[in-house]
Amino acid sequence: MAKLTGIDIFKLTPKKNCKECGCPTCMAFGMKVAQGALEISKCPHMAPEAIAKLSEASAPPMKTIKAGVGETEITLGGETVLYRHEKTFVNKTRYGVNVCSCMDDAVVEEVFAGIPKVDYERIGERMFAEVINVAYCEGTDAAKYVAMVERAAGMSRTLVLDVKDVEVAKAALAVCKAQKPILNGANAANYEAMNALATAEGVVLGVSAANIDELYDVTAKLEALGNKNLVLDATGASIKETYAIAVQMRRAAIKNSDRTFGYPSIVNLAKLAKGDLHLQTALASVFTLKYGSIVVMEKIDYSQALPLYGLRQNVFTDPQKPMKVAPGIYSINGGDENSVCLTTVDFALTYFVVSGELERSGVPCNLLISDAGGLSVLTAWAAGKLSSSSIAKYFAEFEIENKIKNRTLVIPGKVAVLKGDIEAKLPGWNIVVGPNEAVQLVKFLKDMNA
Amino acid sequence: MPFNAKSMKFNANINTVEIGTGDKAIKIGGENTFPFYTFDAPTVNAPKVGIEISDMGLANEPDCIKAVYAGCESVVDMAKKAVTFEGVDFLALKLEGGDPNGENKPTEELVELAKAVAEAVDAPLVIEGCKNVEKDAELLSKCAEALQGKNVLLMSSKEENYKSIGASAGLAYNQKVGAESSVDINLAKQLNVLLSQLGVNSQAVVMNVGSAAAGYGFEYVISTMDRIKAAALQQGDNTLQMPIITPVAGDAWGVKEASASEADVPEWGCVESRAIDMEVATAAAVLASASDAVILKHPVSVATISKMIKELA
Repeated sequence: MAKLTGIDIFKLTPKKNCKECGCPTCMAFGMKVAQGALEISKCPHMAPEAIAKLSEASAPPMKTIKAGVGETEITLGGETVLYRHEKTFVNKTRYGVNVCSCMDDAVVEEVFAGIPKVDYERIGERMFAEVINVAYCEGTDAAKYVAMVERAAGMSRTLVLDVKDVEVAKAALAVCKAQKPILNGANAANYEAMNALATAEGVVLGVSAANIDELYDVTAKLEALGNKNLVLDATGASIKETYAIAVQMRRAAIKNSDRTFGYPSIVNLAKLAKGDLHLQTALASVFTLKYGSIVVMEKIDYSQALPLYGLRQNVFTDPQKPMKVAPGIYSINGGDENSVCLTTVDFALTYFVVSGELERSGVPCNLLISDAGGLSVLTAWAAGKLSSSSIAKYFAEFEIENKIKNRTLVIPGKVAVLKGDIEAKLPGWNIVVGPNEAVQLVKFLKDMNA
Repeated sequence: MPFNAKSMKFNANINTVEIGTGDKAIKIGGENTFPFYTFDAPTVNAPKVGIEISDMGLANEPDCIKAVYAGCESVVDMAKKAVTFEGVDFLALKLEGGDPNGENKPTEELVELAKAVAEAVDAPLVIEGCKNVEKDAELLSKCAEALQGKNVLLMSSKEENYKSIGASAGLAYNQKVGAESSVDINLAKQLNVLLSQLGVNSQAVVMNVGSAAAGYGFEYVISTMDRIKAAALQQGDNTLQMPIITPVAGDAWGVKEASASEADVPEWGCVESRAIDMEVATAAAVLASASDAVILKHPVSVATISKMIKELA
């Protein structure tokens, strides 16, 4: 149902202007509710049917689903827009590694051994394979599968149990339900039994189907059974079909308010691009932008992780909150206490571009990053967050004069105007105006050393 | 209960621009849906993949690229080899040696090279400049003249030098003009308007709206491209209906994830694999944000992205 207007809500009120809700008229109340400023329940005279109708209409277009426990708990879905520039993407794509009961023991061993290897931090965010997709292949040894699930459960990752056999699923849940896995088990044939199992164990149920119509149908039937704790597996027979399902699901939920498709998605690239790791990287990139909530790959090593986690961090930043790096002294090319100092702001993009150019120059130096509210150089200067005082304060706070013996400081060319003030605040320092653009730093440093 | 799909096919189209001549000529653009939304309308022209070589030959290239072109003695040899790789739709020749702050090769030498490459291969040709606006104005204008009849795309016409490149490539010699702006929808639009005011046919313009490597401020790239396509298709803004070409190789191969040696960061593993993954992840993301063509460096990246396009389009 489309979003209700103030008039629609007014029609549902008793129209008595009793003021018990705190508004002067029922019309004013309707307007406030439509804006989201007031709860509909503030009106004591609203009929229960009206409240039900309204709460349905004002519910978020896509549900927020949680899986896992404690540190490994992940939050999926909850998105409200199709493009990040419209507002922001809320819950980042989670990347997972696939293991299957049909794999040779040696391969299984290799996959499990590979999972903990990628674990690093990038701009304050821990990057690691957050999900293990444990798949059960029809006709393979159920005991082996349960043993794999048990092993995966001990790895502090969120589990997805990709298993369509109810009995095997039951056995697998018995060893891992405390970890709150996602039971990706329901399909057109077994949804009633899987639903009963997932509901009894209190885990999220994954739904898969032969095509988009069947996926819609099974999801609608599960909702009719009262289960709205779902994740939809968008993986189709081909890459093309999977992309079509993932995009159309999201579009139906957000644009056409079709809540049946208002759930997070799973995309399994280990099935779609088996054996081609570079193609999996490319597709993981596509599905990070186009609506994959969990993306499963055959493996995640640094080669895949470095571009994908960087991309994800970019895409899921809130456009209203700039990415920041921590203030501090960053040594570049082995810069030490005798190396030249350069300063710029803590806006992550500025930091990356400047540090990249400094690395390219090969000149040992110290990059001094002060807290400028995560703004770019000119914006920070205009907002008063990059000034001679802010730099002097940073020098005091980080005891730069005790840590660094060199007394040359290069400031960004765009704030050349600060030179005099900084010289006054930092006596003994030789303040040099650097280039306007980071790309000119290589030549600048070489000329300076010459 | 089946799913009630609502189509989002638009009445507006992206312009179709042809590059090259004869059987190997390629068409880029033409779509009336968002990227790979084949469920809304069938693909008109699938995105195209180019392979990049430089006038500097293998001098500045990493070891894995040196291995790819082993046995090539000249840039022309490299060009001949490059177009044989699987999935290559066009060749991009980057004239970086022209940079006055670098090698500062004379314009004549580079134009001769471009001519020799154009003679040696029949694949469509894209010429990239050296990033110095004054030198590019001269260099690309001379290339436009020398390559007359080849229907090449001359990149890097920027706000500072669009007059000379636009006039020579777009007006005098009937080539295609690449309009380069830096990750901002308004700058992209302004440059297109300036070019059309100069008299360049908007059907002969391809945009390079700027890019970055995945993880390096890439959110701006995505949002700029998403907004341009939305303005072009949803609002029918004909000053933004030019197809987009994105040179990915330069950004992707320049970041430390793709270039740091195995000796420096042993835990990161094979540097060639890292560079390819950075290149394909970035290319896939710009294609999903509606680029109509990408320029890549490694043959494996080209083959991977070409395969991905075949699967999706």
